[in-house]
Amino acid sequence: MSALDQVRQKFRRDQVFDVVNKQDYSHVDTSHGQILYVEDVSVSFDGFKAINELNFYIEVGELRCMIGPNGAGKTTMMDIITGKTQPDKGTVWFGQNINLLKMTEPEIAQAGVGRKFQKPTVFEYHNIFENLEMAMAGDKSVWSTFRAKLSSEQHDRITTVMDTIGLSEHAKQRAGALSHGQKQWLEIGMLLMQSPKLLLVDEPVAGMTHQEMDKTGELLTSLAGEHSVVVVEHDMDFVRSIANKVSVLHQGSILAEGTMDEVQNNQRVIEVYLGE
Amino acid sequence: MYNLLKDDRGGQIFLVLLTFAAILVPILNLSTGVDNPFHVSTLTVTLVGKYLAFALLALSVDLVWGYMGILSLGHGAFFALGGYAMGMYLMLQIGDRGVYGNPDLPDFMVFLNLKELPWFWNGFDNFWYAMIMVALVPGLLAFVFGALAFRSRVTGVYLSIITQALTYALLLAFFRNELGLGGNNGLTDFKDILGFSLQADSTRIALFIASAIALGLGYLACRAIVVSRLGKVAVAIRDAEDRVRFIGYRVDRVKLAIFTFSAVLAGIAGALYVPQVGIINPGEFSPLKSIELVVWVAIGGRTTLYGAVLGAFIVNYSKTYLTGAAPEIWLFALGALFVLVTLYLPNGIVGLLKRRRVEA
Repeated sequence: MSALDQVRQKFRRDQVFDVVNKQDYSHVDTSHGQILYVEDVSVSFDGFKAINELNFYIEVGELRCMIGPNGAGKTTMMDIITGKTQPDKGTVWFGQNINLLKMTEPEIAQAGVGRKFQKPTVFEYHNIFENLEMAMAGDKSVWSTFRAKLSSEQHDRITTVMDTIGLSEHAKQRAGALSHGQKQWLEIGMLLMQSPKLLLVDEPVAGMTHQEMDKTGELLTSLAGEHSVVVVEHDMDFVRSIANKVSVLHQGSILAEGTMDEVQNNQRVIEVYLGE
Repeated sequence: MYNLLKDDRGGQIFLVLLTFAAILVPILNLSTGVDNPFHVSTLTVTLVGKYLAFALLALSVDLVWGYMGILSLGHGAFFALGGYAMGMYLMLQIGDRGVYGNPDLPDFMVFLNLKELPWFWNGFDNFWYAMIMVALVPGLLAFVFGALAFRSRVTGVYLSIITQALTYALLLAFFRNELGLGGNNGLTDFKDILGFSLQADSTRIALFIASAIALGLGYLACRAIVVSRLGKVAVAIRDAEDRVRFIGYRVDRVKLAIFTFSAVLAGIAGALYVPQVGIINPGEFSPLKSIELVVWVAIGGRTTLYGAVLGAFIVNYSKTYLTGAAPEIWLFALGALFVLVTLYLPNGIVGLLKRRRVEA
């Protein structure tokens, strides 16, 4: 688009400026059953195409697993959805009415997309209760955060989440002192406090023991239904134990999609994973 | 106030000591004779008053560095700007008692052949206008600087370097006579404040008490931020900035708000400092000064607030003592103190005291 066209676009007389016409993030329109639309998304870093014409949709309440070899673009995909990376082209819509590509990370989080990082990231200096308190959904502007007081309902809410993630005995313990697995759960708990409609979970069981894995699996399956969950994971056993629908990502696009068995018997998937 | 100090043992002790000092020092100065062993000389009153102003400055640094992880190496700039605003007011109080006896223009302007006051001096003859500027000028600078830096996500050592550049740029600007703020001589030769002579004991004591009150209120204000959820978010930003962003906080705005508040505190500290020492010159903008005050906080102990106050007192008292007793070793002593604290007391002197209590 030439500069002149851009100016014309900006000053079209049949619409108001973006700054005046603020997007309403409070309501997500999912009347067609889909919560996330990723269409024709491409992004390249220094010529390397990390994401290449990526297309997929997530349904409301679905639990979707994404697998793929290293460098397939799984984390980049999450970066794009959560506003950390701008794609070169394509569209990402949250419901039918919210264009995620126009929003900053905090706005996307406020709209209802929660993200767990690959490396468990919690606030080590604070105790578990405080970690969850900070993540709690609500007005997060500077002044209201300064004036914030914990109501009894909010207190109950934090306690409920602590029960869900199995950390209620440690409420006053510093997050820095938790084990690796417990940190992963705390981070999932922080996501829950945000009351997100869509959860993006990056490698939730990395470095976990088998018992911890089972517990995490239960936790994630119980979240699906009320929330839509996208799990990126390497561990095939874990994926098999929780997934009903799996997408395989390869070189930045979807290679195959279906149930775990379908995917595992797909010839191209076998080639990618086992080599030609 | 109960909530602010509930879990803050050090803060309670500090505020009690501060209150005692604010009451006792004036009494001991005014009601005892010079030969009385309990007499506190006016010189000491002014000296401690100066330390109180420094302590407030240290507090403002601890708030952004200890709690939010922003190592500002330019906080001296906000202090100096507050000091200059106060100095401009004091300058216009001199009237025709200057060397040149010009009722409208301060001496240095007569010397530079200026015919009238530069526009930005207008209003500074009014005390309250000057007091508003004491907070507004540093606050505005911090706001504009912070808005640019935090929005572009400049962090860590890069941010430290540009804060250093900021204060250095101001140093060079204030050295210039053309700026109309006294060039390298700065502003000095003050006579009185609100009609009271700055040489009088009673005025000095009033300034001392004002500094103590400002420090106490500044402490409580910092505490109010630190114990609020905003304070917790600030610490969270220090530890995991990305995580804070992804749970929906506007990190740049949180940083901007606290950084600006801290700059205002530093400005107030500068305004209390200037009438007590009687001079403000561009030397206060020197990068070295800003680094020195970071050292105070490190020595006292970060992330406790009262540690910063303690550090400011210890370092500045040592400085007063050593520059009198053995001036050539002062900088070595400061360096050695800093190295020792960094090596053996990562949490400063306060950290040592806390460890003792835990062991006991």
